[in-house]
Amino acid sequence: MDMLTSKIFLRKTKRGKVLKVVREHYLRDDLWCGSDLCKKCNQENSEVLDDAPLSSSTLCACPHYVVVDTNVVLHQIDVLESPAWKNVIVLQTVLEETRKRSTNNFKKLKEIMATRKDNFYVFVNEHHKDTYVERNPGESANDRNDRAIRKACSWYQTHLEESQQGRDKKKKIQIILLTQDFKNREQALKEGIPAYKVDEYVKSLKDFPDLQEKLAASHSEDNAENREPLFPEHWAPTRIMTGIKSGKLLQGIFHCSRENFLEGSVSVEGQDKSILLQGHASLNRAVDGDIVAVELLPEDKWTSPSGIVLEDQEDQDPGDQIEKEEALLSNSAKGKDRQPTGKVVGIIRRKWRQYCGILLPSVLAEGTRHLFVPAERKIPKIRIETRQAATLSSQKIIVAIDSWPRTSRYPLGHFVRALGNIGDKDTENEVLLLEHDVPHHSFPETVLACLPSMPWTISQEEVKRREDLRNLDICSVDPPGCTDIDDALHFRELSPNLYEIGVHIADVSHFVRPDTALDKEAANRGTTVYLVDRRIDMVPELLSSNLCSLRPDQERLAFSVIWEVTPNAEIKKTRFTKSVIRSRRAFTYAEAQCSIDDPLQQNELAKSLRGLNKLAKIMKKNRMDKGALQLSSPEIRFEVSTETNDPIDVISKPMLDTNSMVEEFMLLANISVAEHIFKHFPECAVLRRHPVPPESNFEPFLKAGKTQGFTLDVSSNKALAASLDAAVKPDNVYMNTMLRILATRCMMQAVYFSSGTVAPVDFYHYGLAAPIILISHLPFAGLYADLLVHRLLAVAIGADVTYADLLDRKCVQQLCNNLNYRHKMSQYAQRSSVALHTHLFFRHRVQDEDAYVLSVRQNALQVLIPKYGLEGSIYLKEKDEDSKPAFIYNPDVPSQTCGNITIRTFDRIVVQVSLDSKYVQHQKIAVHLVQPQIAGLSVEAIKTVNDSEPIPKKLKAGK
Amino acid sequence: MSGTELLSDQGLRIDGRKPNELRRIRCSLGIFAQADGSAYLEQGNTKVLAAVYGPHEIRGSKSKALHDKAFVNCQYSTATFSMGERKRRPRGDRKSTEMSTHLEETFAAAIRTELYPRSQIDIFVEVLQADGGNYTTCVNAAMMALVDAGVPLKDTVVSCTASLVKDTPLVDVNHVEQSGGSPELVVSILPHSGEIVYMSLTQRFHIDHLSKVLDTAIKGCKDIGVILKEIMKGHLTKLDTSLQAS
Ligand SMILES: [Zn+2]
Repeated sequence: MDMLTSKIFLRKTKRGKVLKVVREHYLRDDLWCGSDLCKKCNQENSEVLDDAPLSSSTLCACPHYVVVDTNVVLHQIDVLESPAWKNVIVLQTVLEETRKRSTNNFKKLKEIMATRKDNFYVFVNEHHKDTYVERNPGESANDRNDRAIRKACSWYQTHLEESQQGRDKKKKIQIILLTQDFKNREQALKEGIPAYKVDEYVKSLKDFPDLQEKLAASHSEDNAENREPLFPEHWAPTRIMTGIKSGKLLQGIFHCSRENFLEGSVSVEGQDKSILLQGHASLNRAVDGDIVAVELLPEDKWTSPSGIVLEDQEDQDPGDQIEKEEALLSNSAKGKDRQPTGKVVGIIRRKWRQYCGILLPSVLAEGTRHLFVPAERKIPKIRIETRQAATLSSQKIIVAIDSWPRTSRYPLGHFVRALGNIGDKDTENEVLLLEHDVPHHSFPETVLACLPSMPWTISQEEVKRREDLRNLDICSVDPPGCTDIDDALHFRELSPNLYEIGVHIADVSHFVRPDTALDKEAANRGTTVYLVDRRIDMVPELLSSNLCSLRPDQERLAFSVIWEVTPNAEIKKTRFTKSVIRSRRAFTYAEAQCSIDDPLQQNELAKSLRGLNKLAKIMKKNRMDKGALQLSSPEIRFEVSTETNDPIDVISKPMLDTNSMVEEFMLLANISVAEHIFKHFPECAVLRRHPVPPESNFEPFLKAGKTQGFTLDVSSNKALAASLDAAVKPDNVYMNTMLRILATRCMMQAVYFSSGTVAPVDFYHYGLAAPIILISHLPFAGLYADLLVHRLLAVAIGADVTYADLLDRKCVQQLCNNLNYRHKMSQYAQRSSVALHTHLFFRHRVQDEDAYVLSVRQNALQVLIPKYGLEGSIYLKEKDEDSKPAFIYNPDVPSQTCGNITIRTFDRIVVQVSLDSKYVQHQKIAVHLVQPQIAGLSVEAIKTVNDSEPIPKKLKAGK
Repeated sequence: MSGTELLSDQGLRIDGRKPNELRRIRCSLGIFAQADGSAYLEQGNTKVLAAVYGPHEIRGSKSKALHDKAFVNCQYSTATFSMGERKRRPRGDRKSTEMSTHLEETFAAAIRTELYPRSQIDIFVEVLQADGGNYTTCVNAAMMALVDAGVPLKDTVVSCTASLVKDTPLVDVNHVEQSGGSPELVVSILPHSGEIVYMSLTQRFHIDHLSKVLDTAIKGCKDIGVILKEIMKGHLTKLDTSLQAS
């Protein structure tokens, strides 16, 4: 290190003052070039750049190393993933710029560099004494960086020249700059650096002809400038920043409406009400998730959500024009429901990712421009260019967005890869795992190496370290077919007035040691994901289904929480211990219920279950008295054919006493552990809280209650629970359940957090009415969070030692953020999996079912079919379609009236469910009205169920 | 946008140093004619001025006088222009008072105070520019000023910071690294005996890491000690020649 320079720059503080920041910047002479042929650098054997590089480029036949500029990384990251790239120099300038401009691409680039570290070399040009360049007065940061990149190129050229004097001129290595920037390329050529456009170079790679498909669409050649713009211009970033500072603009996250693609909202931090956006021009090319800048309209222009259910249904590419949208958005109820309305004036940060979906069949099959329909409804269609449309049209594919110019109706993107045939269950499963970012690759060798070798037995020393509970009559109660038995229970009478109960949890932390490959993998996965027909494990199967499954008659390591309680469920003593247990039996909920109910059964286990059940009921009642909510979401289970693995029947999950019995004890264990850990580690206990929802969340719920004549009180969880209990209608038993379903949707998502980061008053769990709750919920294991809890608890009871990250508040919070994300995604994946199986189920069926109206919209009814836990829309009028009967919409109730029939929220109706096969590729469940009969709208009831598939004899239960 | 990386995959810190490299040190002695000893010290962009007065008679209240040794009075202050954002009060705030106390304890241990009973030694340090390691730079500057003043020392005192990023200890952390949120360890040692005279930690971190971070800080102290000793020698030679010349 022999030189020093200062970087001086100006930075604005939060308070708006301008600061002069002086940072030291050291320049070094010990940074090497990474080339195998170099005789000057003092580098060890880590040379990445070949002595005699080969390339299949027809554009540049001489041996060369490639330098990519920032724009290539920002816009063509998918191309860089290809094995076609060898001998690539990534400059620090490019890395830094990428990091500043796109977290996603930065992460991807780092992944690419990590997996292909023999082909990508990072040259730290910003700290090299010969390649550092200072920003000239008046020079933009961008121009300075381009200059730094060119400087590094020419340095390499001269640096390598000295080591290859005497080489044949044709064999000398060239440094090639790939850039998308016209000016940079011109300048480079002027300075004698061979420079090419990246697409030109990629197209010239004759060994990788398909690679050009992955090139991001460039619209510049499309002479877009000559066409009429469809959208307003986005403001320049500086203008946006000034606007936000002055309060003229608001910054927030854009959410596209699930029901109406021409509507969306922007949630602004710290504001209760989100801002409504309506119409193409107001949405102005925002894509769901983007961070946008919005300008509020004057208050007299505010409107309310249209209440229209609208899908972008063009089944053909309409070209670059925008349909008339007045009709689609018209008659937004003016008046009291008006809310702040605005328009997007600029995009602060795009949150584009890769999307799964299908190609829309093109009129011109041989054309190269195609429309892609994402699986996620909230994402617009994407225009891509591909010559493989014929093969791709029957497949699910992945596409990335590149840009969305003003002149284009749809964003422009490029094809990334194909997943498999449409309708194929494996493909569809892959789609839903990818869409929800569920890591599901098989466990790598490094992870499997952390597992104990089989056959596995518990060593004598291990038994000595633990409490031996093998003599206790422990049993487990789980859903049928459960192979990962996480928890087990026991009960015994110590004296007539004192019982002992125990919850025993599989001791995963014994097998997953901190900081191992297994631990890191589990931390990243965060949770086990339960899909209808498969389970994506957080830890390898050997653990989840065997060593950490508390199987009957097998000795297992456990973590036990043991209480002494009175017959009134008053807790006298709580203790925690690591233990060895042997479960006597694995009950299903139904089997356990039988044992409890059958007076003939007088064995120990039956007696224990009865004791547990009695205590659980008392405990539950106590909790309810304190205001715990009994919420509802319909849960169903598929019966799956053993032969085809396709669903053949749907059963709603019965709620037995034993279900809530197990829940109650898990909750008790949870609270006890949470209190204990919090006492020992007030700063880094991993907890879960359920924030109190803001009052505005309850609006749709309150409105729905009003239509049925109930005034619901949401002032506290206790009041809510009471008014839910009171809202009963004898003639509509399901109404109460519906109300509970709606209430559930008003709740906030429970979140994991590290206790040091939140004030203790906010620990309260709203839904469960518990003062403090651990991060894990039910089931107790199968979440990485549980592992952390086990470790903390083990330390708290002196059974284990701490390690650094466990006690680092920040580390723990970071982990929690990942867990929150994974947890949310796993729930979405679960829902999608149910939807997928519903599709498969209706592939050969049409059925009439009872349904309830969830909400009444201006042009549709949203209905819930409890039997399938399925929601659908019945369109009352469609655009350009006057054939349907005239409904009169009353937004105040809300209700829809046609003749003498009026439909309101929560009304029971009969619907016909079938699979809409209008679009073979994009199948969806269709719901039609059967009853009440309305001429022109309702369909004929069917007497028989057409079931083209024979029902197989053997049934397998899906979890 | 992701946060800045304090340690790159290529093993360099944000300013281009390796984890074990100190910032550049520059020092000049005897810059104030009025003081008995003075020093100006730069460690990177942290710049400190130190002045020493004494030993002299106790000023002000005589009750401060110690019958068997000299009383060491330190005053730590920060120039209003030292930070990016202007500071309101140069001294007297809680932070400065605390720093002054630490300096007094440190130098009471290093100075041969028993040679000057019932007298007082004043050490004034002022941070002109703050860019991380402000306290350590003050200790080092004060020590240089004491040498310049010819106050007899048991041992020199040197001070250095260390931190931890991605399990790698960093020596002599600058402001950016300091505000990155990692814990910062400050250590002052007497290099000959190896005795630690001051140690503080900005936040808790796991005991597993303590020894390597501490080792790094001590190594940093010793490296700084070597550099400062060179500077002292240079200064003395210069004095020598100028004396001979006159
Ligand atoms: Zn070299």
